[in-house]
Amino acid sequence: MSQAAANAMALGLQSCETCMLLTRPAAGAHEGRCPRCGSETHFRKPASLQRTAALVVAAAICYIPANLLPVMNTTTSSGSETDTILQGVVLLWSPTGWPLALIVLFASVMIPSAKILALGYLLVTVQRGSVRNSGQRVRLYRIVELIGRWSMVDVFVATFTAALVQLQPLMSIAPGPGLVFFAAVVVLTMLAAESFDPRLIWDPSSEQEADDV
Amino acid sequence: MIPDTYSQPVDPDLIACLDCDLLQRIPLLEPGASACCPRCGKELCRSRDDVKHRTLPLLLAAASLYAIAISSPMLGISAVGREASTTVFGGAEQLWRDGREAVAALVLFTAVVAPALQIAFVLAMEFAGRRQEPPRWVRTLLRHHVLTKTWSMIEVMMLGVLVALIKISELATVIPGAAMYALGVLIFLLAAIQSSFDPRAIWDRVEWAEVRRAGSAVQNEATP
Ligand SMILES: [Zn+2]
Ligand SMILES: [Zn+2]
Repeated sequence: MSQAAANAMALGLQSCETCMLLTRPAAGAHEGRCPRCGSETHFRKPASLQRTAALVVAAAICYIPANLLPVMNTTTSSGSETDTILQGVVLLWSPTGWPLALIVLFASVMIPSAKILALGYLLVTVQRGSVRNSGQRVRLYRIVELIGRWSMVDVFVATFTAALVQLQPLMSIAPGPGLVFFAAVVVLTMLAAESFDPRLIWDPSSEQEADDV
Repeated sequence: MIPDTYSQPVDPDLIACLDCDLLQRIPLLEPGASACCPRCGKELCRSRDDVKHRTLPLLLAAASLYAIAISSPMLGISAVGREASTTVFGGAEQLWRDGREAVAALVLFTAVVAPALQIAFVLAMEFAGRRQEPPRWVRTLLRHHVLTKTWSMIEVMMLGVLVALIKISELATVIPGAAMYALGVLIFLLAAIQSSFDPRAIWDRVEWAEVRRAGSAVQNEATP
């Protein structure tokens, strides 16, 4: 038996991303239409690299104000005070609160930056046609897809804190401008992960195998 | 642009992995077993052992817990002789009033709209999808089901509420509301529903889009 892996695209076949039905598009066409569910089918997600790159760059740009601008404004009778995400982590850090501080640090600082870096790495290796570590790269992609949603934690923290602490004139908390950028980073990275096509990771190695035969 | 003509189906037992495009034959699966792609390890399909009877009660329980979670207070506060409490809607409303409309919309969408659609879609598909010939709209629901799963962030909101609770407890006395307990149970119910819901079983039975079209095309040709 031949060990050469058969790629659906090499045989002119497309699988429907919605219902997984395998179909053959009209001769010469790049797009097809799934006869079962009616979705559009492609060999690869259209303009996957360009769209993912654009979304990652946008997310990276928003990431800067998200960390520099305050996410929370606290107004007390003695004055007002603003907190960025990192300052919020520091405030949470106490003998009893440190596990939560770690969670917030992880969800709001590490996950978004790791996602941007990971997607950037995937984009660069695919662009260069790398054939190495394909298995690890596809696993990295799945992790990015899986953990991305958890960055929303800080948005919910700010939402409920601001809604609850409305004890004017003693103390009130309002969401700051950083929160808008932070929410944008979460949404943009989630969209970027969605528009990346992991099949691109394997294409260079499949082509190489085809050449070797 | 979706082409007008439908693609030609190939052998129904063949599938291509969505993560690496490897063409393969689906093996016959024991109940409860799953098939993974030999090249990249993605789970291609799972054969559910008869879980159909479990899904409906789970869904009804999830729907009622969801109603409690969005309508009752999430957190209450008591400080200097004053008391206040907030719901999910209250949180979004406050964001809106503070001029963060986009964030308010995002919170409403991920915490209220997407989970409602997620539960409603599976509920509708449970009712209609069990029929021998599921109605056409089941296809539309199935198509958008993945999106509702991606954007429904009940479990993330739960963690956010917990962090907020601890944060505020340093300033005032915080009282967890009924919604928080409802959320806690809802997370497990949704996970159980997703693992027992099998879109493949419904896809196998839906009427093909192409069949209807071919039918009407034949009629058009018959009446020139
Ligand atoms: Zn399809
Ligand atoms: Zn695969």
